[in-house]
Amino acid sequence: MIGVIDYGAGNLHSVRKALDYLGLANSMIRNAGETAACDRLLLPGVGHFGSAMERLQASAMAAALQDWLAADRPFLGICLGMQLLFSASAEAPGVQGLGFFAGHARAYACRPRLQIGWNRVHAARPSAIWQNTVSEYHYYVNGYHAVPADRSIVAAVSDYGGEFAAAVQCGRVWGVQFHPEKSAACGLDLLRRWGTS
Amino acid sequence: MIATRIIPCLDVDCGRVVKGVAFRDIRQVGDPVEMARRYYQQGADELAFLDIGATFRSRKTMVGIVERVSREIFIPLTVGGGLRSVEDVRRVLQAGADKVSLGSAALADPQLLSRAAARFGSQCVVLSIDAGRDNGAWRVYSNGGRRETGWDAVGWARRGEELGAGEILLNSIDRDGTGLGYDLDLLRGVSAAVAIPVIASGGAGSLEQLAPAVLSGGAHAILLASLLHDGRQTVPEIKAFLREQGVICR
Repeated sequence: MIGVIDYGAGNLHSVRKALDYLGLANSMIRNAGETAACDRLLLPGVGHFGSAMERLQASAMAAALQDWLAADRPFLGICLGMQLLFSASAEAPGVQGLGFFAGHARAYACRPRLQIGWNRVHAARPSAIWQNTVSEYHYYVNGYHAVPADRSIVAAVSDYGGEFAAAVQCGRVWGVQFHPEKSAACGLDLLRRWGTS
Repeated sequence: MIATRIIPCLDVDCGRVVKGVAFRDIRQVGDPVEMARRYYQQGADELAFLDIGATFRSRKTMVGIVERVSREIFIPLTVGGGLRSVEDVRRVLQAGADKVSLGSAALADPQLLSRAAARFGSQCVVLSIDAGRDNGAWRVYSNGGRRETGWDAVGWARRGEELGAGEILLNSIDRDGTGLGYDLDLLRGVSAAVAIPVIASGGAGSLEQLAPAVLSGGAHAILLASLLHDGRQTVPEIKAFLREQGVICR
């Protein structure tokens, strides 16, 4: 069972629709206790780093997630859900992220400040969700992107006014900056591989 | 590099896709879910559904269409037409839309853009502008091109960006459905004035007219209706042609 974490951000339904379409059992979870019934967790997200962390803290989900991540259990963070894995974000100065990865999210320097559209993702090394090195298009909607302190966690890169981390991975914990649930066949394939690997 | 998006646009009235010329002479062209499926399979980058009926019944039908489409089509979906409040926006996003397009309602109540952006984020707020030439300037029209407003297109686009719009859907009402090509001056004027993506709409009648909207007009995406609905071109043909002209496509 994939637990899709509801923390009041939008976009939860499209992820669940994609999982349903792929036949991957999933349920929406709102509090820390519900993670016990899950073997995978997915943290979706379009929203604000500060208010997302506030909600995760309020529901005690933040601590449950930190335990989950520390135990190297299967996890996928999408967009804001990937950024929340890091220590901090320029979007909400002073707010602590989940801190699983060292590093922070920063705004793009180029125009438009929001990256909206399809961009090429280059997978740098073979992994559970990219068996081979690939270059494929995924859909992005983001104004901030993560800057990992440890470059070795970068599983894929894209270019938007400079190269940035499109995907990060350590063990069974994944984060992708793009939206696989909106990236047509490439995105669905990625979700299937993550959900079944 | 971001690819230029090809966005098939389905104008829907009470559950049927229709197409008009210069906002008049409406005729039916098909079923929205079937057409959405076809364009998705062809490699469309996004789909736009505009409810041109904008009556209570038509709007309700649209929500049903979005629910069905979002269960099997996994690209961004933009929905517009007749959305007047944050609650209207919430309803279509809940149904499965990723973005909403606001036009007349934003002209009547510009703060609607701010309220929608504050609640759901700028990324899902598309400001739709219907602009027509008038003595060397571009006037903004509301209510499907029927009512003139005091705004000029560049000024209104800037204001919309300030208020929180994440994209501009720019439609030339003089060119809409005519096949005469995009109003490139209008596109250039608006895309140079804002730092958010501009979607070109209205006027494309042949492949040759598409690349200039991007390369000369500065558009980030192209909204297409007639060219696709008439079956004259497919999405892959359009992308192949654009690539030859130096436009990056997925």
